[in-house]
Amino acid sequence: MNSRLDAALAFHQRALDVRAQRQQLIASNIANADTPNYKARDIDFQASLDAALKSGTPPGALARTAPGHLGASNAAAGRALLYRQTVQASVDGNSVDIDVERAQFADNALRYEANLMFISGQIRGLLSAIQGQ
Amino acid sequence: MSLFRVFDVAGSALTAQSHRLNTTASNLANADSVAGPGGEAYRARHVLFTTAAAGTEGAVGVRVAGVVEDQSPLRRVYDPKHPAADGSGHVSLPNVNVVEEMVNMISASRSYQSSAEMMNTAKTLLTKTLNIGQ
Repeated sequence: MNSRLDAALAFHQRALDVRAQRQQLIASNIANADTPNYKARDIDFQASLDAALKSGTPPGALARTAPGHLGASNAAAGRALLYRQTVQASVDGNSVDIDVERAQFADNALRYEANLMFISGQIRGLLSAIQGQ
Repeated sequence: MSLFRVFDVAGSALTAQSHRLNTTASNLANADSVAGPGGEAYRARHVLFTTAAAGTEGAVGVRVAGVVEDQSPLRRVYDPKHPAADGSGHVSLPNVNVVEEMVNMISASRSYQSSAEMMNTAKTLLTKTLNIGQ
């Protein structure tokens, strides 16, 4: 029964995970807006979500059976980091366009919040199904 | 949890930009210092930014790799009555470009604002995540 509940929430869980990773990437782009030779990175959200859904294991589910095992971050599995195309190149080799990054940051934050609302709605639906009221 | 890394990344940017702002303040304050350390006129200082790994998955912060002195020639002004004038009556003044420093200051403060806003957004998202299912 537990696995049913997991399955019901798995999609949004993975979507949130990819959104959080994207938020982190855009944050590093904005942080490095003045660093010479820094190249802006991003991920293709749809492709990353597809890869995360296909990978099967929920994030953080890798078993570490010996203390020497390295903690593999399977959250990053199948997520190719891409370089952003520059519209206006700058002389110092930096490819961060602060307007684009700020817009993407706000957009990603909003979609993250939308995802949270979906999860909350789903949980509410499951609760009312459980309670039968 | 990736969103916690946003705090590391934005925090490193805040530190780096405030360092840059400090350097600009020092340059502007010393724009007319004829005698700096070592007897020579003050030379403008510039910070060097470089990326610093702040966790996994390609997220990088920023750090100040060092502060370098501007090696461009000092300004020479003819003023024989000045106590620091040399044999030919010239005074060496700092090579601080005030216009450049003002632009640097605005750029640093804008970048600082962006990073602070990033932190706020990440905080809002995390708070909302904590409230899932309530």
